[in-house]
Amino acid sequence: MLDILKANLLSPIPLAFALGIFARLVKSEFSLPKDIYSALSIYLLFALGLKGGVELAHASFDAIVAPAGVTLLLGCITPLTAYGVMRYVGRFNTSDSAGMAAHYGSVSAVTFIAAQQYMQRVGAPAEGYMPTLLTLLESPGIHIALFIGAVQRNRQAASAGADAADHGSIKEVLHEVLTGRTMILLVGGLVVGYFMGEPGWQAVSPFFDSGFKGALMLFLLEMGVVAGGRLGDLKKVGPFLLGFGMLVPLLHGALGVILGEWAGLSPGGAAVLGTMAASASYIAAPPAVRLTLPDANPTYSLTAALAITFPFNILAGIPIYYYLAQRLAA
Amino acid sequence: MLTYPFKLVTIIAEPVLEPRITQELRRLGATGFTVVEGRGEGSRALHAAEIPGINVRIETIVPPDVADRIVEYIAQHYFTDYEVIAYLSDVSVVRGDKYRKPFNQGGN
Repeated sequence: MLDILKANLLSPIPLAFALGIFARLVKSEFSLPKDIYSALSIYLLFALGLKGGVELAHASFDAIVAPAGVTLLLGCITPLTAYGVMRYVGRFNTSDSAGMAAHYGSVSAVTFIAAQQYMQRVGAPAEGYMPTLLTLLESPGIHIALFIGAVQRNRQAASAGADAADHGSIKEVLHEVLTGRTMILLVGGLVVGYFMGEPGWQAVSPFFDSGFKGALMLFLLEMGVVAGGRLGDLKKVGPFLLGFGMLVPLLHGALGVILGEWAGLSPGGAAVLGTMAASASYIAAPPAVRLTLPDANPTYSLTAALAITFPFNILAGIPIYYYLAQRLAA
Repeated sequence: MLTYPFKLVTIIAEPVLEPRITQELRRLGATGFTVVEGRGEGSRALHAAEIPGINVRIETIVPPDVADRIVEYIAQHYFTDYEVIAYLSDVSVVRGDKYRKPFNQGGN
């Protein structure tokens, strides 16, 4: 187990990530220009979608049904457990709990990619249709969590005699989540990839495939800078969230691995599904939560998602989920 | 040159509010606006985005009554929960009509 963790730490992605954190800790002026950071994330998401779409064309419908079903199930369970732990163990208010649930019910695409790369490196590549599952897990968690929050809030607002908020409507949130960059690039990429098929992929793969791992490394370098910048907020959020940011991913990760294997995924695939369930969104969820639950403190959820859970998954979580998947399969 | 007195409304806000606020400016009677992005940190230092410290500055030139309406609206809806400031300054413009909505089209 320790050997697996060590081997993971010395692979490209965690090393680049650690360098980013280091750069931030020594107060280096280095950071990727914002536009390059955006461009890299667009490249990664679109490449992921395209490749996933091409692979999806090879997969039989029957093979996907069960994994897709458990993925949706995970999307419904994870916001509820996150909410429950925040509200009843951590004793946070409803808005903060629901805000956190939206982050932990959704997924981090970069963590997903890192898991995919890890499985390739250890020789247990995940199923090619995993990016399709990623899109299924992206939004239900956010909506369930925001729904809980909105119901609680309206109850409070009604008792306070306030007029119902004209903003933060379901329509606005749906639009925010469904038209966000992750959904457009990933779902759009899947559709484009599906239709262009293998010949189309051959034509664009020099750009989208050859550069992928390098781009990912650069992106993780910047993620290290971003996460490192939030380490200072750890003091503000307290020990409960520090524990939350590591234990909830372990719980969700184990659940994902178990459900994944039960649905017939390979150990690599189950570990990637576990990683998805364990990861916390920091792109789609924050603006949606900010607009719907304005009184939720974004420092809690973003610090937990970015400064605790993301590094935890990249540095230790992914190998742990894979270890679990192997043991379970054996 | 003949100039007319108007108000410049400046709103500095979290970027997530930009689409909402700009939409509301039109509804409250502004004929146009300008948005610029910048860096900064407010009294609450909330970072509700993966890249922290980005703010938007939204500016619009409007008649005094519209300016009051806008600032009141922003104060009512956003001051409690969001990192937002709004202030007014006096400006002189050349084409007064440009910044005033024709009365019968007001509200759109």
